[in-house]
Amino acid sequence: MSPSGSTRVEVAKTLKLYVNGAFPRSESGRTIPVKDARKCIVAHASHASRKDLRDAVEAANAAQLKWGAATAYNRGQVIYRIAEMLEARRAEFIALIASIEGRSKADATREVDHAIDRCVCFAGWTDKIASVLGGKQPVAGPYFVFSMPEPMGTVAIVVPDERPLLAMVSLLLPVISAGNAAIVIAPMTNAPLAVAFGEALATSDVPAGVVNILTGLRAELCPWIASHRDIAGVCGARLSALDAKTLELGAAENLKRVCLFHDAPKFDDDAFWHSPFAIAPFVETKTVWHPSAL
Amino acid sequence: MTAIPSPFAYAPAPESVRPVLKASYGLFIGGKFVDPKSGKSFQTINPATEEPIAEVADAGAADVARAVDAARKAFPKWSKTKPAERAKLLFRIARRIQERSRELAVLESMNGGKPIKESRDEDLPLVVQHFFHHAGWCDKLPYAFAGAQPKPVGVCGQIIPWNFPLMMAAWKLAPALACGNTCVLKPAETTPLTALMLAEILQECGLPDGVVNIVTGGPDAGRAITALAGSGVDKIAFTGSTEVGKAIAKAVAGTGVKLTLELGGKSPNIVFADAALDQAVEGVVSGIWFNQGHVCCAGSRLFVEESAHDDFVARLERRMQQLRVGDPLDKNTDVGAINSKAQLETINRYLKAGSAEGAHKHEVSCPLPKKGFWCRPTIFTGVQPSHTIAREEIFGPVVSVMTFRTPEEAVQRANNTTYGLSAGVWTEKAARALEMSNRLGAGVVWLNTFNRFDASAPFGGYKESGFGREGGRQGLSAYLKVGGGR
Repeated sequence: MSPSGSTRVEVAKTLKLYVNGAFPRSESGRTIPVKDARKCIVAHASHASRKDLRDAVEAANAAQLKWGAATAYNRGQVIYRIAEMLEARRAEFIALIASIEGRSKADATREVDHAIDRCVCFAGWTDKIASVLGGKQPVAGPYFVFSMPEPMGTVAIVVPDERPLLAMVSLLLPVISAGNAAIVIAPMTNAPLAVAFGEALATSDVPAGVVNILTGLRAELCPWIASHRDIAGVCGARLSALDAKTLELGAAENLKRVCLFHDAPKFDDDAFWHSPFAIAPFVETKTVWHPSAL
Repeated sequence: MTAIPSPFAYAPAPESVRPVLKASYGLFIGGKFVDPKSGKSFQTINPATEEPIAEVADAGAADVARAVDAARKAFPKWSKTKPAERAKLLFRIARRIQERSRELAVLESMNGGKPIKESRDEDLPLVVQHFFHHAGWCDKLPYAFAGAQPKPVGVCGQIIPWNFPLMMAAWKLAPALACGNTCVLKPAETTPLTALMLAEILQECGLPDGVVNIVTGGPDAGRAITALAGSGVDKIAFTGSTEVGKAIAKAVAGTGVKLTLELGGKSPNIVFADAALDQAVEGVVSGIWFNQGHVCCAGSRLFVEESAHDDFVARLERRMQQLRVGDPLDKNTDVGAINSKAQLETINRYLKAGSAEGAHKHEVSCPLPKKGFWCRPTIFTGVQPSHTIAREEIFGPVVSVMTFRTPEEAVQRANNTTYGLSAGVWTEKAARALEMSNRLGAGVVWLNTFNRFDASAPFGGYKESGFGREGGRQGLSAYLKVGGGR
């Protein structure tokens, strides 16, 4: 980390969690070294614990009430602001992906650009979800009946290792665009990227607590996510069979909605990941009836 | 109770149609009625008389495996059948059920105990509409999920309850078939007969062999279906108790099988002082005493604005005393027989708990038949939120009355449950009604009405009332692969 010779000493960033709009260390005091593609330790990332998860759930549930009640137009503008902030830090994301994952700059650039563009897409989804997934129902009687998608609450998102920025964005946006709050379990393998993403969110007008990012170990956190009764939904993709089963088994305790996108295409497939069918698993349909008469 | 009949009492008006039944039924597998490999069978009874109606096969694991196998074999051809041709078969089935409605309604009341006026005027019309509505979806699925190229899931294992036996069969089969799936349906142990009559109708209508298989039996047959999740069964749909729903979710975990659950409830019915009180009384009556209260979305927690409480309870009790409890096949009957002895015992336990915990019991004072399973419609007042009868699903004709002072308090108390199936609101203020509907955590909100259902209107719960919807475009996703979610 320290450069040789007379050049100045670089100021290394302490990698922290992102919870309730703040950047705390793990309450456990644990860290895990982050290595770059050459196996050199480049940083120490906070290693989130069960207690960190519980704190995040509390923050998320409090924030969700306001986020879910905000106008869809307002949520759209906030998500567009995420795209603006990501664009501003584009070079940083590209560098982190290239150096830590050892991928070419061109490949990293493709992922970052795709992630930013996906944010723009979802900025436009917020006030259209109800038009596409809901509507008036033509019942056989004198009733005015409409069905509308509603957020379900707090959704825990378990992000796979590969292409972590695009994965994170692809799983997060459907969840929050519908008005849910999110707790993102970001992979340790590129923790600096997750932290940078959290910093971008913190400057994006996303209300504190709506998105929380924990860098941690999936195998350690999945059982706690699954059994936490104040988490309403679980989102994930490309997870190991063991993690998937842990989540589904635990979720059965309080009937969390679990969507692990078993059959979904890769994250660069816009036809699916830009579609309302990526959002549908994270909404509840509420149907409201009222008699209609003069 | 007094033996002197009122001069205004209704004379009995028994339904005269009797369905033609066989003495015993096999399992409906591969388009034929076959003897069970288990070699076991049981008598299914009329809960209003405790007399046997017919003998029904008790499917074992080998029988379920055989049914799943038949559904597997039928799937490739059925899923590739031209959608417009599938549609014609479903339309034909809808029409045939319509023609045999009276017979089916009588059988439903005989086997399940519900009043004939409900099976005739509520259940059967909804059964027919469900097939008719979904028949039309067959060739329109790509428009319903534009851009997603929806595909059938495969073999669906469907386990249904005893409270709306044929309607639940229709809610499960019609969308599954419209989407190109094949099915193994298990009716409830106490109410298998209308499903078996439906099997005969499917035969008559020329539905290809194996597309629908019906296995009668108890919980073991249900477990045998979920045990095949991931090895023969591609989708499980269950309607029933939350407890069993959770067990099924666990059994299915890690198999990659698609799951939808329609489970229990403890639904709030909220009456504001500004409501049209007599209309609200009728809504509360239908909310809790419809189908003897054997309704997952029953309005079993009644919240009345404090200032209107005494007046409203007096009106409700007066109305309750007019309910006619008795022979399900009498066209005047409002409240029929409790579905089974076991369920009656469960309800009686809750009635005891209600009184023991300090709530005040008001019940219908009419005489009850000597034989059969009966429960008087009951109101509990003075109920505290901590009381057992305010928290647990009773699944009987019992309503718990509580009060509130502000709309915020009503929302908070209504939502204070692990369930979230339905909610009712009674108020003449439109803005308040709509905001209440926004704030109530329930899959169905009835404003100034209750217990309304329609094939085009999605039905299903929030939280521990389950997940997935039945009815309408939203209900189709339970039976399709759409993109990558499940």
